[in-house]
Amino acid sequence: MRHKIHSGLDSAVADIPDGARIMFGGFGGAGFPNNLIQALAQKGTKDITAISNNCGTRDGELGLMFKNGQIRHVIASFPGPHATYFQQQLAEKKVTLELVPQGILCERMRAAAAGLCAFYTTVGVGTEVAAGKEERVIDGKRCILEMPIHADYALIKAETADQLGNLTYRLAARNFNPIMAMAATTTIVEVDEIVPLGSIRPEHVVTPAIFVHRIVQAKGIRYAG
Amino acid sequence: MPAKLRLTRDQIAQRAALELPNGAYVNLGWGIPNLIADYLPKDVEVYFHSENGILGMGRRARPGEEDYDLVDAMKVPVTLIPGASFFHQADAHLMTRGGHLDVAVLGGFQVSEKGDLANWKIPGAKGPGGIGGAMDIAAGAKKLIVCMEHTTREGAPKIVRQCTYPLTGLACVDTIVSDLAVIDVKPEGLMLREMAPGWSHEELQKLTGAPLLSLGRASEMKFV
Repeated sequence: MRHKIHSGLDSAVADIPDGARIMFGGFGGAGFPNNLIQALAQKGTKDITAISNNCGTRDGELGLMFKNGQIRHVIASFPGPHATYFQQQLAEKKVTLELVPQGILCERMRAAAAGLCAFYTTVGVGTEVAAGKEERVIDGKRCILEMPIHADYALIKAETADQLGNLTYRLAARNFNPIMAMAATTTIVEVDEIVPLGSIRPEHVVTPAIFVHRIVQAKGIRYAG
Repeated sequence: MPAKLRLTRDQIAQRAALELPNGAYVNLGWGIPNLIADYLPKDVEVYFHSENGILGMGRRARPGEEDYDLVDAMKVPVTLIPGASFFHQADAHLMTRGGHLDVAVLGGFQVSEKGDLANWKIPGAKGPGGIGGAMDIAAGAKKLIVCMEHTTREGAPKIVRQCTYPLTGLACVDTIVSDLAVIDVKPEGLMLREMAPGWSHEELQKLTGAPLLSLGRASEMKFV
């Protein structure tokens, strides 16, 4: 059996180099890999390109990494009203932003996961999002061409992993996590619990183990607000 | 002459609630749309969709009942109704974009006479704004209703010939429910369907930046 379980958060993120492209799961305070984020903050990896729905909630979630100046470019859908450190860094031009419609952010990651080269969509036609993108008419509808989003790493949060890395998620804490797990070259998951093989019913697996490379058990931290 | 009454935000939500057919799958956006769930007629049951991967979202969680893994798109803890399901964000937006939702209701800064919508960024406001799910929802809902005040705080029309704010989508709005009127966006233009009590077509036209058409006299808005 492949050895995927790490005993500590630090060893799980130890090889992430400066300049890495990293996806971070989570939405609305739920499903953020907060412990892995803290480990990466401590490690001090710099010049990160972050792919995430939002840009942190004050010190919470990705906020810590913006506060530390670790992120150079971010691809996000909704930076958020409480992304104070991101706003600061953006105003000081220390970070650049690509703003992407939320569902298109998902599909661009899914295209990367699925080995697709690009796709056309009506979303964003005629808006700022279309700037610089190829446009064509398909079936009478104006469409723009969207490219995949790849990443070196995905840091995600799940509720349960078995020793192979089959994952289940709790309630709406699923959100972006399964998509990012499929899209990144190396997926690192923090979970509430690691369970023996066979204790997750195969038909209940949400993320199959093939997408999961490192597993670490960690108690989640949640930031309200 | 005393100022004529305009609907409150809750009354706009109340009126918009009457647009939801029984059994519909519905997404409610930020702002006034988020109030609609409280005003569904008793005989109407709809299924609320949330972009973070919930179908069958119930009422907001009461104090002590909150579970922060179960929140809506505004981060507010919610509950589930029997028959609810979870899925990931890509499938949640597959539902919005792919025409699977019967109705979506969004807030708006501006709507044009062609049904273009601007609702994610105010020019000159601090920060980069946030698109979130609005563009996917605008592009794919079978019916898109926009709830908003008829004019800005300064009195400028929010229903215009052409949007000047950053766009969310082109020709996507079907119906506008404002504090003064219900207006359908038709190929021939903006069709005034209902007016707030005491208002006339001429008075509403003065507060609207594009021509308001009507077939006969528009009826009075119902919101109770």
